Amino acid sequence: MSHRGRRGLFLVAAAGLAALLVHGLAGLPGVGHFHGRYGLLLAHVAVPERQATDIVNSITYDYRGVDTMGEEFILFASAVGLVIVLRRMRGERQDDDRDRDDASESAVGRPSQTSAALRVLGLALVGPVLVLGIYFASQGQLTPGGGFQGGVILAAALILVYLAGRYRAMTRLRPIPVVELAEGLGAAGYAAIGVGGLIAGARFLLNFIPQGSMGNLLSGGTIALLSAVVGLEVAGAFTLVFAEFMDQRRLTGRRQ
Amino acid sequence: MSFLAYAVAAWLLLIGLYGVVSSHNLVHLILCLSVVQASTYVLLLAIGYRAGGKAPVFADIPLSSRVVDPVVQSLTLTDVVVEATVTALLLALSLQAYKRFGTVDPDEIVSLTG
Repeated sequence: MSHRGRRGLFLVAAAGLAALLVHGLAGLPGVGHFHGRYGLLLAHVAVPERQATDIVNSITYDYRGVDTMGEEFILFASAVGLVIVLRRMRGERQDDDRDRDDASESAVGRPSQTSAALRVLGLALVGPVLVLGIYFASQGQLTPGGGFQGGVILAAALILVYLAGRYRAMTRLRPIPVVELAEGLGAAGYAAIGVGGLIAGARFLLNFIPQGSMGNLLSGGTIALLSAVVGLEVAGAFTLVFAEFMDQRRLTGRRQ
Repeated sequence: MSFLAYAVAAWLLLIGLYGVVSSHNLVHLILCLSVVQASTYVLLLAIGYRAGGKAPVFADIPLSSRVVDPVVQSLTLTDVVVEATVTALLLALSLQAYKRFGTVDPDEIVSLTG
C-alpha cells in the first residue's frame, strides 16, 4: 500500500479511535475524584496486617504477588529471547583482536581514549551507585524503592564500569555465566518463595514469615525477600541485555 | 482542567500510533511504541490520583492520611522496568533485520521479502 494511502487510512481509523477514547474517558471520574474501594481498603489494612509501610510494595510483592511473578517472567523471557536472537549467526565471527587494537576500535565508533575525567568520575560513582542499588532493593517494604528500581540501579553500576574503563574490563567483571545465574536465581527464587507459602500454610505466595514490627528493616515478611530476588533478576537481566548489545560490536559482519 | 491528564494520555496514544504507522526506521518505530506505552502510565496514574492525597507510604505520615490509590502505582512501576527489556528485545530483532536485509526501513524489508 502506498504511503499516502496508509496515512489516510490511519487518519480515518485514528479519528474513530479518538472519538471512542473521548467517549470512554468522559465516563471516568474526574482526575482527583477516584474512589476505587480496592486501593483504599489495601492502603488502610496493609500496615496493620503486614507491618510494611510502603503500600505500593505491599501490593506488588504480596497482595498482587502472583501478577508480579507474571511480570517478572515476562522480563526473564525477554532477556532470554534477546540472548537467543543475538546469538552468533553463521557467517559472523568474533574478532577478539579488535579490542586490543586501538586503531580498529576507534574504527567501530568508540573513541580509543576514554578521557581521564570520565574515567575518574565513573570509577568514583561505581561504589555509591552500588550501595544505592542495594539500599533501594532492601528498603522496599519501608520507603519507596524495591527490587525493580534497585535492580536497575545495580545494573547501572556495572555499566559505569564500562564507561570508566574498557569493554574488556567489564567482560572480566561480569562473567556471563554469573549474570545468567543471577537472572535464573531471581526467577526461580520468586517461585520458590511462593511454594514456601504452600508448604507453610495454604496458598501460593502466602506471606509465611513473621511480619516483624513496623518501620523495621525486617518487617513485612516475604515482601523484603521477594523484593530482593526481583532485584537480582532485574540486575541480571539488564546487565545481560547490555552485555549482549556490546558483544554485537565485537562481531565482524557477514563477509559478502 | 480535571480532564487534562486524560487528554495527555489519549494524545500520547494517538501520536505514538501515528509514529508507528508512518515510520521509516525500525528504531524510530520501537521508540514510538514506547510512547504508546507511556500513555497507559499517564492514564493509570491519573485515574488513581485523589485530590490532596499523599504518596501511599506510611513511613512518616499518620495511618489515617488521605493517600492516592496504590494499586495503579504498583502496576505502573512493574511495567516500566518490564517495558525496558521488551524494548531491548525488539531492538535486538531490528539489529538482526539490519544484518539480514541491510536496511531498517520496514517498507524496504517488505519489498525485499516480497
